[in-house]
Amino acid sequence: MSLSRYALRRLLFGAVQVLAVVTAVFLMVHALPGDAAVALAGDDPDPDRVEVIRRALGLDRPVLERFGEWLWGLARLDFGASVVSGRPVADTLVAALGPTVVLAVLTLVLLVPLAVAAGVAGALREGGPLDRALTSVTVGLHSIPEFALAIVLVAVFGVGLGWLPPTAVGVDVLAEPAVLVLPLVVLLARPLCSISRLVRAGMLDALASDYVRHARRLGVPPGRVRFAHALPNALAPAVQQVARTTDWLLGGVIVVEAVFVIPGLGTVLVDAVAARDLPVVQGLAVVFAVTTIAVNLLADLVAFRLAPRAAA
Amino acid sequence: MNAITRRGFLGLSAGLSAAAVAGCGSGPTGAATTPKAGGRLRAAFAGGGAKEVLDPHLANLFVEAARSKALFDKLADLGPDVAAQPRLAERWEPNADLTRWRITLRQAVFHDGRPVRAADVLSSYARILDPARGFRAKSSLSVIDLANSRAVDDRTVEFALTRPFVEFPNVLAAFGAYIVPEGAEDFSRPVGSGPFAFVSFEPGKSVLLKRNPDYWEGAAHLDELQFVIANEESARVNALLGGQVDYAHDLTPTTARAHASGDRMTVVRSPNSAVQAFAMKLDRAPFDNRDLREAMFLLADRPQLVESTLAGAGQVGNDLYGKGYQYYADDIPQRVRDLDKAKHLIRKAGAEGMTIRLNTSTAAAGMVEAATIFADQAKGSGLTIEVVTGNKDTYWADILKDGVMSSFRSGAMPIETHIAQRLLSTSGTNVTKWARPGFDALYEKAVSTADATARAAVYGDMQRMLHAEGGYLMWGFADWIVGTATTVGGVSTAPANTLDWARFDKVWLG
Repeated sequence: MSLSRYALRRLLFGAVQVLAVVTAVFLMVHALPGDAAVALAGDDPDPDRVEVIRRALGLDRPVLERFGEWLWGLARLDFGASVVSGRPVADTLVAALGPTVVLAVLTLVLLVPLAVAAGVAGALREGGPLDRALTSVTVGLHSIPEFALAIVLVAVFGVGLGWLPPTAVGVDVLAEPAVLVLPLVVLLARPLCSISRLVRAGMLDALASDYVRHARRLGVPPGRVRFAHALPNALAPAVQQVARTTDWLLGGVIVVEAVFVIPGLGTVLVDAVAARDLPVVQGLAVVFAVTTIAVNLLADLVAFRLAPRAAA
Repeated sequence: MNAITRRGFLGLSAGLSAAAVAGCGSGPTGAATTPKAGGRLRAAFAGGGAKEVLDPHLANLFVEAARSKALFDKLADLGPDVAAQPRLAERWEPNADLTRWRITLRQAVFHDGRPVRAADVLSSYARILDPARGFRAKSSLSVIDLANSRAVDDRTVEFALTRPFVEFPNVLAAFGAYIVPEGAEDFSRPVGSGPFAFVSFEPGKSVLLKRNPDYWEGAAHLDELQFVIANEESARVNALLGGQVDYAHDLTPTTARAHASGDRMTVVRSPNSAVQAFAMKLDRAPFDNRDLREAMFLLADRPQLVESTLAGAGQVGNDLYGKGYQYYADDIPQRVRDLDKAKHLIRKAGAEGMTIRLNTSTAAAGMVEAATIFADQAKGSGLTIEVVTGNKDTYWADILKDGVMSSFRSGAMPIETHIAQRLLSTSGTNVTKWARPGFDALYEKAVSTADATARAAVYGDMQRMLHAEGGYLMWGFADWIVGTATTVGGVSTAPANTLDWARFDKVWLG
């Protein structure tokens, strides 16, 4: 099968997947106790008032009718409006997508070279002091829960020593990049381990493989053997892990957003579920489903390019 | 995020913050004492993301209430004793039978230069009373007969009421009863008459306001006021300690204790801000039995609940709402734990061996902890309290209908409002299902009694009834806690939800 036919088939299947995810999310949020009117009434839940709010928000209309309308809007790329504030969902998503994408891109830009370098360095000196040091540090970082690492970093570097801003509250993350340092460290900690371990293992396999030994016997220079022949094959399994990491980063890193006050997709999700604001939750579901499908497709295509046999 | 992770998380954070500042000096230093003009104050509050609005009639969250107060005025607002005091209304005069009230407006202008007129007041109230909308202040304002109310002239409004009502100023001070310009519906760039004028809004992130130089009560000290959103308490504390904000709203007692003696922040406590209670339902078994309710009152070890749940940041309650507020019945003796008498009453009620489910949730801080401690205090009494944790987003609506006993908390409001909303047979949020014709009649008598002393006596009688037989086990009154930078001055200690709480026109940066 050609690459383009493969990509097309995956895209069509992706559209069906988005529809399935959106429907499932709709049914699940609908199954939660209470609705937007109850959540909005809060500590003043006078039943008459809740009923008036329900009518004012249009929640007294049949569920399927509202869902159908929303789907029809989606077909025209209209995400609808927040049930509660009446603001367009697209505005909310775009505003939250900014910080999430900035964080995800910066994390990946740092993560991929660092993880590959660590994995390759470890594989080339297998069992040596460098390998053991890298293993200990990365596994150590991986074993700390992200919220604990975040709190320790904020307490030490943000509040105690005052070297870095402890949160990103009220600032534009691009205007003051210093606020991103601590969140980036937290986001890098765990994937750095998983990806560098995969690169290391892949590299060890590749270095021990027949074709690498054959290349060496042919007198290909060692640098070329390692980086032009062994490395691409070693990266193929790591690509899938990078994809999973990307997906995780784009899906809203709720804990990191909460600790560092970064108003990204995760924060919007938590707020929208608490408010039972269905159009916002559904809009997020579309974003998450689309990014997951796109990232995985991209990863498959990259893996296919790196090692054609792997994706066959 | 589930409750246990969240609590562990906050606890750990507070501990680490405390460790980070250990070794710092004693009392707060450099706390500004002389007002100074200028500067931008950044205030961190919890927010609501996409659902946040600037429409003051829709205000629900603390941050929305604080922003409404900065941008708009009410005709009256609640003073430190939670009694109504005049604001945009310069004065009010009822007729002899308390059914018509003449309000004289202050000379005030909206931010766009238009004067505040009687027509703006009437149209604001008409908007709140719109039967098709569920504004929070509607139930309070429903005593107004709008069709027969009128603008006498531009600065005089005459309200007709549906019944005699001496506490009408409480209505003018109701939560969310703000005066907006006539016909205002679009609040994307709100125009009010308050001490600050609108500059910009990013929902879920920030609101920037600037000083209104023409404010009727005198211009604010600050040039600018920025509300920023940080949902986690630990983040608000860290932002304050890191100098990113100057005011952090709603801190936990644990944080307050950790920083009370440090010099990195000023801890401001507002006593009597939030009543902490368990609500028993009188319309169903087992708490339709008066003896069993009294047994519950006697089982509660209030000092222990205050010490452990509120980390000492509060006072014990006496099963009555509104300690320190106008009309509070101070003369009723304080209840104390009496296990033997409680056991006797449980036996008398035939409730020995019974298991009672106590509904609670994380909808308000400390409720689950209080329920757990109370369940522990009931051990050895002959009955068992089983704590059931419910959904926080729908909790208040759930406990209104279901269960027999539930955790309850409430912010400040006049005692009259508390009674009207929760303790009459017609009340919309009557959690304890206290419905007594005799009590309803006493309420009618109180609100139609013009003489203040005679009225206070009736409020006293109602409170004695509630103390003896009511369904609210009000065990404590929590302090409301905010933290400020040590350079911030003028932050009031009035109870949360009153005029001076989160009021930034009187605050300055030293």
